[in-house]
Amino acid sequence: MDHTHSTATEAAHDDGHSFSTKAIWRTFWILLIITVAELALAIWYYETDFLPKHFLNGIFVIGTLAKAFFIIAEFMHLRYELKNLIMTIGIPATLFLWFLGAFLWDGNSFKNLRNKYDRNHVEQSKKVVKEKEEKHEARKPGAME
Amino acid sequence: MAQAVAAGQKLWSGGKSPFNVEYGKLMMWYFLMSDAFTFGAFLISYGTIRFSSNSWPNPNEVFRSFPGVKGEMPIPLAFVSLMTFILIMSSVTMVLAVGAGHQNDRKGVMKWMFFTILGGLAFLGCQAWEWTHLHGEGAWWGRNPFMNIDGTQSTTNFTNFFFTITGFHGFHVFSGVIINIIMLIMTWKGVFEQKGHYLMIEKAGLYWHFVDLVWVFVFTCFYLL
Repeated sequence: MDHTHSTATEAAHDDGHSFSTKAIWRTFWILLIITVAELALAIWYYETDFLPKHFLNGIFVIGTLAKAFFIIAEFMHLRYELKNLIMTIGIPATLFLWFLGAFLWDGNSFKNLRNKYDRNHVEQSKKVVKEKEEKHEARKPGAME
Repeated sequence: MAQAVAAGQKLWSGGKSPFNVEYGKLMMWYFLMSDAFTFGAFLISYGTIRFSSNSWPNPNEVFRSFPGVKGEMPIPLAFVSLMTFILIMSSVTMVLAVGAGHQNDRKGVMKWMFFTILGGLAFLGCQAWEWTHLHGEGAWWGRNPFMNIDGTQSTTNFTNFFFTITGFHGFHVFSGVIINIIMLIMTWKGVFEQKGHYLMIEKAGLYWHFVDLVWVFVFTCFYLL
């Protein structure tokens, strides 16, 4: 009991010197600025369509990854831990990126193959529902398949 | 800025933590990794289905409401911006609680934990309002009243994924708030003062930051992309 208590207290007070309120608030401002920028771009795009959506999506993804990096590194303090610990989190996360890419590629392939070979699906996808004049009128509970 | 290991220091010979962190903290990190994969799997399946669809509803049209405002807001995504801000703020107060713990400042820990709990409850309230509002518009699991961006009929995939993933995240926020309340009570009772360290607060903090982190990704996938 005593042994665990002392190692725990050791671990608790070990990196006390690297905790700084200034870094925390700086991270907060960075997160806030990135989020506000993303929202501004999204709203501006909605009003004016000034960039191709794919390009805009790329910006959003980069912004999100930047925010994730700051939250993990500063708020969760991972940046100040031993390098090996950082690696046990970082390497699986990198492999995760492959997971993401592979499945989005798969989804896209599925769409292309289905559009190529399934005429019924293509026709269904082209059926434009009558444009609603009054907002609360032509709402249908959706179920396409 | 990672900690460097002193030359000649044997990390893996036993008797000490090879990563120089407490066991519970390391295990919390690994639990968060597993939870990250679960959320990741949900979000990636959402992305896959969306990529395989010819069209999808426009989030700028769907998410335009605000509590207390009749009809639509002049700009979209106003309410979700507020929710994001609340959650990030609560993450900041959580870090400040951990910092107070390092100084063994019991009153400081209690103050910042209280604000973190408040933030969590505010977020949950906002999410509940959003769900109620969407349900009022006819959206639910198996019911999608929204049109695709190109005017075609939309599938229930949109609402199914939305409610499932935000619900799963909301459940994590809820359990995080419960954990934080328990931490507050333990701090108030002097449990950590007696132990001599506030490591439990740090572990609860890791969980709370994870919840915030997931929200950043959920927010991007559903509202921005």
